[in-house]
Amino acid sequence: MNEPKGNLTQSQIEELAIHLENAELQAFEVTKITDDFPSMTYQDAFDIQWEIRRRKEARGNKIVGMKMGLTSWAKMSQMGVEHPCYGFLADYFAIPDGGEVKHDELIHPKIEAELAFVTKAPLKGPGCHIGDVLGATDFVMPAVEVIDSRYKDFKFDLKSVIADNSSSSRFITGGRMADVADLDLKNLGVVMEVNGEVVATGAGAAVLGHPAASVAMLANMLGERGEAIPAGTFIMIGAITAAVQVNKGDSFCVRYQDLGTLTGKFV
Amino acid sequence: MDKELIMQCGDELYEALSGRRTLRPFTERFSDISIEDAYHISLRMVERRVVAGERIIGKKIGVTSKVVQNMLNVHQPDFGYLTDKMAYSQGQEVPISELLIQPKAEGEIAFILKKDLIGPGITNADVLAATECVMPCFEIVDSRIEDWQIKIQDTVADNASCGLFVLGDRAVDPRKVDLTTCGMVVEKNGSIISTGAGAAALGSPVNCVTWLANRLGEFGIPLKAGEVILSGSLVPLEPVKAGDYMSVSIGGMGSASVRFV
Repeated sequence: MNEPKGNLTQSQIEELAIHLENAELQAFEVTKITDDFPSMTYQDAFDIQWEIRRRKEARGNKIVGMKMGLTSWAKMSQMGVEHPCYGFLADYFAIPDGGEVKHDELIHPKIEAELAFVTKAPLKGPGCHIGDVLGATDFVMPAVEVIDSRYKDFKFDLKSVIADNSSSSRFITGGRMADVADLDLKNLGVVMEVNGEVVATGAGAAVLGHPAASVAMLANMLGERGEAIPAGTFIMIGAITAAVQVNKGDSFCVRYQDLGTLTGKFV
Repeated sequence: MDKELIMQCGDELYEALSGRRTLRPFTERFSDISIEDAYHISLRMVERRVVAGERIIGKKIGVTSKVVQNMLNVHQPDFGYLTDKMAYSQGQEVPISELLIQPKAEGEIAFILKKDLIGPGITNADVLAATECVMPCFEIVDSRIEDWQIKIQDTVADNASCGLFVLGDRAVDPRKVDLTTCGMVVEKNGSIISTGAGAAALGSPVNCVTWLANRLGEFGIPLKAGEVILSGSLVPLEPVKAGDYMSVSIGGMGSASVRFV
């Protein structure tokens, strides 16, 4: 992913940011942007994502956290990509535990069981590792991410998905908070139920071998742009379970080993 | 199937096991074979093992995941018997070329009982009250049916495709661990190949043991104090060959590992 140069002009980046953000805000599908811009680079893709972020902030939205995506080997092979990616979380993405997600505001949402880290010290790559992350973590809490690629049929390549804010759309946090010292994060089990039926199970190691490795990778990827993770940042690590498609009317419950449960409903 | 044919099939399976050979699926040879017939065949196969000097030390539950149930088109688990000859300890080498035919490894939770459980009418509370401890474990499944071309009757007859099992290094009081959410991580030759959690087996490993106690009750067979009960895989099966090293860790329960030679 080390391509320091962009091939798109600033105005092309702005146009693509508007195009993808409109698709998100108005919930319509688009074709993947690399079809029309095959020469775009990873630098261009991140520039588009950061332009979408700038647009939201200019409109008064707050950025409330970061997320990692495509962090499991299973997910990377399922999606045909070879590297994880990151995205940002805006204030209106947040849904409380037990809350309702409005299905009509989304295109083809799927849910994933994750964990979230909240930092108490800054993290800056390159060279950030699991030990740095554990030392900088205030606490861990359960989270479910609602992903919703703006691309037709959820089909994309890595550059297209990065530009699309890594399919971010909504997230739910809940359960209990815990110190990292009190958890066995690698073996921490997760059980996802939809409408009362177990649909997926997994353990923390599904995410890059250890959940903290995902946060370290985020710090290192941001470091490539000269950015850091400030203290107090909420970070979702990526899916521990497979992504499960949900329909209007579905309810879900995710149980976490030593971290309680989290529920929500699609209306 | 009549009694004579059942005895004959059980004997064929025992010979296949001893000689490390495979058989054509019974379901191809006998279109009318029922699951009850298959259990009677498995009893004959186990009887031959006992006559040869093996001792029954527990039971295993199989077909506990939805994926495998759908694959075999059944909506209940199955069971088989564990003998002392199948028991391996943490760190012990398993010689495939002497013992197994087409082995696959699955990560499971083993229950060690301190009281008898006699179905029907056994509840999850009875199972927990009768459990001395739970342990991480690998079950090495193996099939005496060629190329694993099994229907439910074939695997039931073949002692639920049991090969051997490896118990881990720790025993935990069931009060100390959430058996539904405990996570499992399986590594092969140093790479993480799968993860899961307790609920992957019928919603909870406790549900599996309860099912077994009640199902065996129909045959008048108890689960006995001191027995090892393998409660079903929490992750997909993984084929193994000589030279492979597998390890499984379970949140709050420890780990088990096995090296195949």
